[in-house]
Amino acid sequence: MAEQLLEIKDLHAGVEDKEILKGLSLSVGKGEVHVILGPNGSGKSTLMNIIMGHPKYTVTSGSMEFEGEDMTEMKTFERSRKGLFLSFQTPEEIPGITVENMLRTAKQAITGEKVKLLPFRKELKATMQELKMDPEYAQRYLNVGFSGGEKKRTEILQLLMLKPKLALLDETDSGLDVDAVQIVSEGVAKFHNEENSCLIITHNTRILEHLKVDKVHVLMNGQIVEEGGPELIEDINSRGFAHIREEQEG
Amino acid sequence: MAEKKKTYVEDIERTLYDIKNEDHSVYKSHSGLTPEIVRDISKRKNDPEWMTEFRLKSLEVYNSLELPTWGPSLEELNMDDIVTYVQPDAKMTGSWEEVPEDIKDTFDRLGIPEAEKTSLGGVGAQYDSEVVYHSIQEDMVKQGVIYTDMETALVEHEDIVKEYFMTLVPPKDHKFAALHGAVWSGGSFVYVPEGVHVEMPLQSYFRLNAAGAGQFEHTLIIVEKNASLHFIEGCSAPKHNVTNLHAGCVELFVKEGARLRYSTIENWSRNMMNLNTKRALVEKDGIIEWVSGSFGSHISCLYPCSVLHGENARCEFTGVTFASKGQNLDTGASVIHAAPHTSANINTRTISKAGGKATYRSAVKVTKNAPFAKCSVNCESLMLDNLSRSDTLPVMDIEGDEADIGHEAKIGRISDEAIFYLTSRGIDEEEARAMIVRGFVEPIAKELPLEYALEMNNLVNIELEGTMG
Repeated sequence: MAEQLLEIKDLHAGVEDKEILKGLSLSVGKGEVHVILGPNGSGKSTLMNIIMGHPKYTVTSGSMEFEGEDMTEMKTFERSRKGLFLSFQTPEEIPGITVENMLRTAKQAITGEKVKLLPFRKELKATMQELKMDPEYAQRYLNVGFSGGEKKRTEILQLLMLKPKLALLDETDSGLDVDAVQIVSEGVAKFHNEENSCLIITHNTRILEHLKVDKVHVLMNGQIVEEGGPELIEDINSRGFAHIREEQEG
Repeated sequence: MAEKKKTYVEDIERTLYDIKNEDHSVYKSHSGLTPEIVRDISKRKNDPEWMTEFRLKSLEVYNSLELPTWGPSLEELNMDDIVTYVQPDAKMTGSWEEVPEDIKDTFDRLGIPEAEKTSLGGVGAQYDSEVVYHSIQEDMVKQGVIYTDMETALVEHEDIVKEYFMTLVPPKDHKFAALHGAVWSGGSFVYVPEGVHVEMPLQSYFRLNAAGAGQFEHTLIIVEKNASLHFIEGCSAPKHNVTNLHAGCVELFVKEGARLRYSTIENWSRNMMNLNTKRALVEKDGIIEWVSGSFGSHISCLYPCSVLHGENARCEFTGVTFASKGQNLDTGASVIHAAPHTSANINTRTISKAGGKATYRSAVKVTKNAPFAKCSVNCESLMLDNLSRSDTLPVMDIEGDEADIGHEAKIGRISDEAIFYLTSRGIDEEEARAMIVRGFVEPIAKELPLEYALEMNNLVNIELEGTMG
């Protein structure tokens, strides 16, 4: 088995009095690609936010480790600096801050080193070209006035520029047309290697085309209820979640 | 979950502005306001007869008008305590060497002579009631550009001054316009002849040093047909324990096809009542661009007005207001569309913190004579804590046909989701907040002259007391 990158054990978490994750366990090894499937409202996005440390959610029990280090108490920016990255389902629009400015500030924060403008610009431009983005977007305000597809592409741009160890992709393919899914999928594939891992929420198998999926988890009612290989995706695509639900209840 | 602590944005670093000089004035009028005081000021200033009359009539108007009641309360202003005329111990000169040392040091600290060397086409510096320094580049003089203090203009260009002076802002406009008419002193006069483009900005800086005094400078700018000018106005004062009053008046005449950019950075101390009146009259195809930054003062009422008098006349207004503890800043803009196809774009940002109150107030009027008027208003407010207040009061009065009027107002706080987004990119919370505030004012900052844009960046140096929950 690959060396563990993320290890979640019996995690209970929620918002205010409402428990959303009810004893969830999940582990992702170095270089692995994991997919989370689950019906709407099962807690998939919440899980991503909790891994990233969204202050809205409170962890009541259980543990989350990243590279063997407990991160339950870590702030979001510390998690990011350790090597976590979340591609948002609906990225925030932030007026007055350009894509380039934000990325350079982020890069400096994560690496702890001064990022020189010219080489950075060069890399940014090349990466944008790979994602078939208009380089002019580097000077636009972050996500402001971007279409859904442009926002998602900008998320992948950030992923490729910031080079985390684990990418959490929350429906990065939703709302994209076929060509855009293709580009995003290639971008994710470029990120993924022996060291870097992906944890992907998707309703669409197309984003997985360029990736070799190691493991699939089915999340229902705040718990992982089934795990398996890539064949589980096929199974759920054809049969839905109903039979798993019945098994759970039965 | 831990209780969220409040976020504080640091005030502008004020030390620089707060250094006050000893009062070396050679003459101060008695505080309060009587015909004798007005006559005395007029005599000391060697006014022509008509100006003395103008002052006395203005005083009558002043006495007949009530304090405005629609804005911030001005009750704490007691005119009997205000010294309306403070003559510094300096004669107007064109050489910094001749300016008395303490006054020169003040302007040095404010970076005026330095900016003059590098990026300005001319400089005026007023200290208390009188202008102590004025200069303009030689080649501009050759092109017929006039840039001088109002007193000199009244002597050397009396006919022009008489034709325009307080015609756009008549004393009966409101109580403080009348006060201004009675006791005005200092200010700048600019005349740009037809077709002349003044390449480098002219800057006048107004410094009020004396405690309990008023500053009533008058700025009169005439930009003739197809000419252009960028004028920068800066103001500051050291902090005193008594109320100071600023009731300046700015009259701008933008002729056919002319273009004027009027930038202001106001950084008065927190004992200042800033009741300033600014108005522009824009003729056919003319453009007035206002850039207005209001950071200081205790109370401000400031609504630069653009009268779009000729067809296709245009107004661009960009403003930022930052109200902190003990400040009530009531700012905005007003536009009168008085001719067909006139257009206006108003874009403002206000920030309030630590109990500060910021109000955006605007009036857009489209007269019957102004079909196809176009006006777009966008005002956004950001409150940095729960103690502060922000209000938006837009008034629109549309009589012209086929008007295209848009208004967008947003009042908000820094969203937790935006902070989460930026922190998920490794940026710490403090920096994330600072980035969001800087981003909020960015559309304004990029319109400012460079040194002021830097000043504005200082302003959003954020100090985070606690952390997110």
